[in-house]
Amino acid sequence: MSLINSVPEMVLTTKLDEVLNWTRKSSVWYMLFGLACCGIELIQTGGPRADIERFGAAPRASPRQSDMMIIAGTLTLKMALRTKVLYDQMPDPKYVISMGSCANCGGLFQLAYSVCDGVDKVIPVDVYVPGCPPRPEALTEGLLKLQEKMMQERWLVKGSSAQAAA
Amino acid sequence: MSPAEIYKKLQDQCGDGVESFEAEALDPFIVIKPDSLVETCQFLHDDADLAFDCLSNMSGVDYFKEDKIQVVLHLYSYPHRHKIVLKIDVPREDSTMPSVETVWKAANWLEREIYDLLGVVFSGHSDLRRLLMPEDWIGHPLRKDFVEPEEYHGISTRRESLLK
Repeated sequence: MSLINSVPEMVLTTKLDEVLNWTRKSSVWYMLFGLACCGIELIQTGGPRADIERFGAAPRASPRQSDMMIIAGTLTLKMALRTKVLYDQMPDPKYVISMGSCANCGGLFQLAYSVCDGVDKVIPVDVYVPGCPPRPEALTEGLLKLQEKMMQERWLVKGSSAQAAA
Repeated sequence: MSPAEIYKKLQDQCGDGVESFEAEALDPFIVIKPDSLVETCQFLHDDADLAFDCLSNMSGVDYFKEDKIQVVLHLYSYPHRHKIVLKIDVPREDSTMPSVETVWKAANWLEREIYDLLGVVFSGHSDLRRLLMPEDWIGHPLRKDFVEPEEYHGISTRRESLLK
């Protein structure tokens, strides 16, 4: 009797997709991929002051355990091929944040012979974070934008318009 | 020893290999002929008064108009605290010169870098592979007549200006 009466207070109703997405977005493990000076800001972002672990983002050393890849720094053509391999090793669903001018478009070095002008030439990018290098706050904002994007995804109805949009 | 004294001693010992001396430059340098480079360097390294035991730096410059590539060696002696710069001219076509890896082990990577970026072939080098660029890269990027390839493994090297 008392149990039935207390049910409305104990139970939250929601959509299954939202629960799934909420759990996914709250544990976005990111792969450490610092390529240049942006890597220092990436480390700061994981540090105590910015602390993106409060959003569930924990650093991983292996692509096989990662959900997200933060490309932090200048991508050379030599590294671009390896980046593709690492991206392919990540399990689906996977996301990419392009951090800083160099990763976005080649930045300062885009006319250099050895530099790949943008990560999006090699792998698909979800969020671009501008800056040279971006402050930890900017990268945190990038993570929040990615979480917003993850919340839009639909998993129960495959091939729906919402899934296609995401 | 002063650079002039170093030059004099070097000329007395291996006069054939020494081409000229520039004392007024910021870093006084001696121009060495490529043929007898190894013997000259071995003398600079072994002689008790010179004792250049440290190859501080080794680099290359492409003088396109003069049709030559100049390889520059910065030597330093820890026992005597003196230094000298050696310069070696090699033609741009058929740019081959002897390796000084047997004298200074540090030359291994430095020569690989010069080979990678300028295309100077060091005969006698134990492991002459590219150091910085990918193994399958074509051309030597620091040569003035280097033309950037359109794409590398399907990655285009061109991008529209973001300001347009």
